[in-house]
Amino acid sequence: MDNAARALLNRLQLGLPLVADPWGALASELGQEPEAMRQHVADWLADGTLTRFGPLFDVARMDGAFTLAAMAVPEERFEAVHQQLLTLPEVAHNYRREHALNMWFVLACTDAEQIAPSLKHIEQITGLAVFNFPKLREFHVQLYLPV
Amino acid sequence: MSSSTCPYDAALAERLVALSEGGLPLVANPWAWLAEQLKVSEEQVIALLQAMQQQGALRRVAAVPNHYRLGYLFNGMTVWDVADEHAHALGEQLAQLPNVSHCYLRPRHLPQWPYNLFAMLHAKSRAELDNQRAELAALLGPACQRSDMLVSSRILKKTGLRTRRPATSEGDSHAAS
Repeated sequence: MDNAARALLNRLQLGLPLVADPWGALASELGQEPEAMRQHVADWLADGTLTRFGPLFDVARMDGAFTLAAMAVPEERFEAVHQQLLTLPEVAHNYRREHALNMWFVLACTDAEQIAPSLKHIEQITGLAVFNFPKLREFHVQLYLPV
Repeated sequence: MSSSTCPYDAALAERLVALSEGGLPLVANPWAWLAEQLKVSEEQVIALLQAMQQQGALRRVAAVPNHYRLGYLFNGMTVWDVADEHAHALGEQLAQLPNVSHCYLRPRHLPQWPYNLFAMLHAKSRAELDNQRAELAALLGPACQRSDMLVSSRILKKTGLRTRRPATSEGDSHAAS
């Protein structure tokens, strides 16, 4: 990746300016051609460098209900429990983490009333305690991963 | 937290979300494209985006990189036990750091889980991750009783966060909940 491409990728993580002719505004800021910039984005989407280009909405403020939950899964049952959770569409993400609580997943439900029964259901099918970590507050972040 | 200075049309916002959940087309004038689809003016689209951003419903219109493809192979969920009365102020400080992708206040589960502040870190090496964690610890100072960092060793499932009204956010880390 050359310096211009790098600068573009870094700048685009911060967002397109919400003004008329946003690509033109970005082009003058970076000293690049709007069309070439868009071609870069298309290439990055195609090769997997970018997962998405577009508006990032705050889902919690729009709709839906989410929670982070964790379980301490005995090592010998880890794979079986992992497979059980794979069948549940409400489990959006699931990560193994190195801790006594070794399985961490995000539950995504259409409304808040479904969270508790979903967690209960997971406890029933796995026979394991589920620790619920609903967010009490989200702090606004400005993630920036320079390349 | 943000003040409601400029209310926006919720129904129009809903249509915008549905329309752009898969991303924005790479056209010269994306606002004009949205305007045409939504049957409103380009000025109304810009005003809607600005109002939604002001109120926190829209974070930004941006490129979302694949952490792994950019070489950010290491992520650590750092967790901190800080006094409840300081948790809000300290969380705001942690969230300012550039490598923090998510930062939340969450409940403790005593005695197994004493931590109430969660901050997700991303780095290109384990050493860099440890440095970032030390930076957070220094920032918190004596306000933090104890801490831990849970490094992910395996992705078991990863799907975009979707809702009934499909609104895609930065669902690229499991802490986004």
